[in-house]
Amino acid sequence: MINATQPDPYLLSRVLRAPQSATELNLRQWEQLIWQARSAELIGQLEARLAATNLQQFAPAAAQRHLKIACDIARKHADAVRWELHMIQDCLKPLGIPVILLKGAAYCALSSPAALGRIFNDIDILVPKEALSSVEDALTGAGWLSAHTNAYDERYYREWMHEIPPMEHKNRCTVLDIHHTILAPTSGIRPDPQSLFNNSAHLNGEWEFFQVLSPQEMVAHSACHLFFGEFHRGLRDLFDLHQLITSFESDPGYIDSLLERAHGMGLLSPVVDAIRQSNRLFGTTFSKQSLQSCVSEVPSWPPASWRDWFFDRVLRPANPSANHSLGSFANWIAFARSHHLRMPWGLLAYHVSHKLFKVE
Amino acid sequence: MEADQFVDFEVKLHSTSRLRHLVARPQVSFLCNGHAPFKPLPLTQAFPMLEWGLNWVISSHAHDHLVMHAAVVEKGGCALILAADPGSGKSTLCAALVQHGWRLLSDELALLRLESGTITPIARPISLKNRSIDVVRRFGPQFELSKVCHDTAKGSIAHMRPPPDSVAKRNVAARPALVIFPQYREGSNMICEPLGHAYAFLEMVRHSFNFSLLCGDGFDAIAGMLDTATAYRMQYSSFDQALPEVNRLWSQHG
Repeated sequence: MINATQPDPYLLSRVLRAPQSATELNLRQWEQLIWQARSAELIGQLEARLAATNLQQFAPAAAQRHLKIACDIARKHADAVRWELHMIQDCLKPLGIPVILLKGAAYCALSSPAALGRIFNDIDILVPKEALSSVEDALTGAGWLSAHTNAYDERYYREWMHEIPPMEHKNRCTVLDIHHTILAPTSGIRPDPQSLFNNSAHLNGEWEFFQVLSPQEMVAHSACHLFFGEFHRGLRDLFDLHQLITSFESDPGYIDSLLERAHGMGLLSPVVDAIRQSNRLFGTTFSKQSLQSCVSEVPSWPPASWRDWFFDRVLRPANPSANHSLGSFANWIAFARSHHLRMPWGLLAYHVSHKLFKVE
Repeated sequence: MEADQFVDFEVKLHSTSRLRHLVARPQVSFLCNGHAPFKPLPLTQAFPMLEWGLNWVISSHAHDHLVMHAAVVEKGGCALILAADPGSGKSTLCAALVQHGWRLLSDELALLRLESGTITPIARPISLKNRSIDVVRRFGPQFELSKVCHDTAKGSIAHMRPPPDSVAKRNVAARPALVIFPQYREGSNMICEPLGHAYAFLEMVRHSFNFSLLCGDGFDAIAGMLDTATAYRMQYSSFDQALPEVNRLWSQHG
């Protein structure tokens, strides 16, 4: 009989925060760590974190095997992303428009610590809204086809969302999301896309065709994506944010400029949530004063204690060892909340009725 | 299970709530570390679901291997790979070879280890479908079959208990020596022909689950295997044709 180990919901986040603590784990805890890391889609990041200080040697052989596989797969994912970026670059260069890489693709092209061990589900780009149809035509010519959608989905994306329906390459099956802004306009928060282009930075060398968001806007975008979303990969997205903030923080005024820019974009609340939660779970450092100054501007409803309860539940690995008895209730709130934040009530009722009854 | 053994995956068959049983057919879900990769099935199909679930766990995680849809048997330390589309009679032929003294490595998934080029055994029950269940039942009482499960997505299914010797040697890998693409066809004559390297290579790619994920490593693994193992296509309508032909090829290449 296997001796049961007490489920430890924070095992993974603790080891990611302090990899040295892995040296003290017993076999059962290593087992739980690997399960949690896989469920959270953080196993490649865990490997990278341990390997950076040669700590994976303390893992049992079977755990090392899982870590090594994750490392190999992550490397192949990064190669595949770079290959796709070359394809996209060749395809869009003749259009003479600015193209910003978002999320994973940006971390990869920047060789950001956030890309270490990460796997990529799709590639996200941001283009000017007026260039959308020429971008779509060019990509279609190069083999990316608009995913099969029905008339309602088509309207959902084209009229209400910040992106067009995903395009999938006919041979390589890679998925490309093309955005014209970073947030659904129906959410009521409408950061000016032009200022995103104005503040963006050109990449060097191999990727000079592409641009990335400014360090402030990159974090604000990642934060609103996570904290306005459904928390499907909540812990993974939060770890991305931790890695990003930590890498930008060497600039001493960074956190202040981040909060100021987030305020200007109407995204202060998710950015404050991001800083607080990544500090709670991963120990992201920031000065208390800078946060204090803007907390008063974050809406007071729902109360902070409710928010903390909710974020604690939804930012756990999707694994039974990290489950909470009210975990599925919290996930349901996350689902409802993300829809409520994305659309006004009237539109939401219309959308829900379509999804429930498949009205055509 | 030893107390000091690492558990790679926690899998669970989970019966749906008793409340549901009052109003609808009871169902069962397969969970791997809390995640359900498939929709639930009727509770009566729990055992086939366990088999499919375990196949899913292996083919979507064992990426230190090239995972191929193929049966593998062994004799004298060398492996024979039977790769075929579903319904070609691969598992039935595999069961017949096991009946004739070959060691079972796997009836469903060939795990070609990238590092060593050897096949890692699984030695699980052989999954038999529809008419092949009766074929295997005639092998004799020493080949034990499970209860038949009807009306699954793949028809009727029964499982043959793997021979104890194959289970005992489940940690002994084998190097591939021969690859056969079998095709059972009723009333057919025996057709057996060697396949060119390039054709066999593309067929193996088609039967692989994780070839595109492994990129160059997957390419090298298949190429390395076909450098030493010869490939044949074989069409047959009875074991009386197929078994002597397999033995003939084995005496040349095994």
